[in-house]
Amino acid sequence: MSEILLPKRRLMGRRNFLGLSVAGLGVTMLGGCDRLSDSPKFEELLNSAEGLTYRAQRLFGGGRSMAREFSPADLSPDFKVNGTHAPDAPEYAALHEKGFADWRLRVDGLVVRPLDLSLADLRAMPQRAQITRHDCVEGWSAIGKWQGAPLAEILKRSGLQPSARFAVFHCADFYEHAADGTGQYYESIDLIDAFHPQTILAHSLNDEALSVGHGAPLRLRVERQLGYKHAKYVMRIEMTDRLDQLGRGKGGFWPDRGYEWYAGV
Amino acid sequence: MTLLSTADVAPSVPSGRRLVPRHALATRLTHWINALCLTILLGSGLQIFLAHPALYWGQSGADADRPAFEIGAETSADGAQKGFLRLGSATFDTTGKLGLIHNDVGDFTERAFPRWATIPGWRSLTLGRRWHFFFAWLFVANLAAYYVFGLINGRLRRDLVPTRHQLRPREILADIVDHLSLKFPKGEAARHYNPLQKFAYLGVIGLLLPLMILTGLTMSPGMDAILPWLVELFGGRQSARTIHFIVASLLVLFVIVHLTMVVLAGPINGVRAMITGKLAITEEDEK
Repeated sequence: MSEILLPKRRLMGRRNFLGLSVAGLGVTMLGGCDRLSDSPKFEELLNSAEGLTYRAQRLFGGGRSMAREFSPADLSPDFKVNGTHAPDAPEYAALHEKGFADWRLRVDGLVVRPLDLSLADLRAMPQRAQITRHDCVEGWSAIGKWQGAPLAEILKRSGLQPSARFAVFHCADFYEHAADGTGQYYESIDLIDAFHPQTILAHSLNDEALSVGHGAPLRLRVERQLGYKHAKYVMRIEMTDRLDQLGRGKGGFWPDRGYEWYAGV
Repeated sequence: MTLLSTADVAPSVPSGRRLVPRHALATRLTHWINALCLTILLGSGLQIFLAHPALYWGQSGADADRPAFEIGAETSADGAQKGFLRLGSATFDTTGKLGLIHNDVGDFTERAFPRWATIPGWRSLTLGRRWHFFFAWLFVANLAAYYVFGLINGRLRRDLVPTRHQLRPREILADIVDHLSLKFPKGEAARHYNPLQKFAYLGVIGLLLPLMILTGLTMSPGMDAILPWLVELFGGRQSARTIHFIVASLLVLFVIVHLTMVVLAGPINGVRAMITGKLAITEEDEK
């Protein structure tokens, strides 16, 4: 037991040593994380998790799993407007001025019959209303009631060519004017989400026509993915077999800027 | 135990001390992978939290709703900017530490957590998410491997489940007294976990880590459609997000206590045992 005094003195040295090592390791590690974050190769490695997540969710959820639908009592008192608050394009302003009477939704690309649908056409189609939770990538959620025509109905009318694999939504808003000419908002989803019953093109939020902030006259609802996939101010739906020729090639405005294309997580 | 005699005596160890096998290879590997994952998940999690540093209770919650917890910056009546942390109705001034942080040039920046706490150091929700999800997969795979090995080699039960003897109130009380007086087991006793260690490790491995995974899954709208009951179990997505944050805080607390204990109980021996698997015990202390 006389040993106790000796190790105790040594312990202080060890403590200092260990403390310094841990601090040193911590600083090296955080610096290392920053350096790794800057490396395109490492980013590619990190990004590989997205494919795993996509395949796992498609395996277990596929086209069948449904986002929870809520009751009117759950509605958020104030549904936050995020992203573009009002597109600054003059073409959009002109359409807005006339109450979108001249607005047409163009459906083209790898379809059998290209369509030009007015708001009245879309309202005359079979409708679906759903009270769902909107989850922003930032972390907040809001619950709202959305109504519109299922995308599946629209695609049934246009028909699909066999090579079609993605639905691309071209929007009226330039989220930014990037030097490379990109910056117009767009998004895309696979055919599983395109034909999912809860995927609708909504013209109404909480029983009122969409406000400009929420994407008037038409926005996508793809309920099993994060908010940025729910493209606002949809002007055109293009069916395509590849995404690498649009924008910066990642299938959407935010995916082009590093966010996941598959935003089910 | 006497079977481990001469073969386990390393020549470099002073007489009276001998090295005994303590941790299985699977335990050591999964321990260090877990340590790496949790560090990165914490740093990248705080980076993600920067995007909306507020927590709510219930299904939904955004700017117009009152958060239960919030870190932010505001301009006070005298015009000065202040960092604050708000918990319920209590507000704490955290200028310079949380909410309002000194930047490189000495000015203040609105930022919930300082640069050193987040991965990456600069603001990037995209990279924070990429780091988080990659290491979340690794973390889940590693924990699953730990469970599988622990069940196969029986260590999960043998090492972590308290014996009936250890569960007697007197034993637990004695262990609490030992911990408070910083008396650490020597000799044979050091080859097994004491009751408080078992409770702590079981709590982390059996409860906190699975809770992190489950609340983490409910943050995903895709998973909420696949497992709708899970998010309801936590009282809604925003509640689950809050629980995710609370459990992460408990894990940080555990790691602080864990590291303190390692340092107090003899860091070289403890860390070596978790690397090589061999723990040095002193013969004289054995009965």
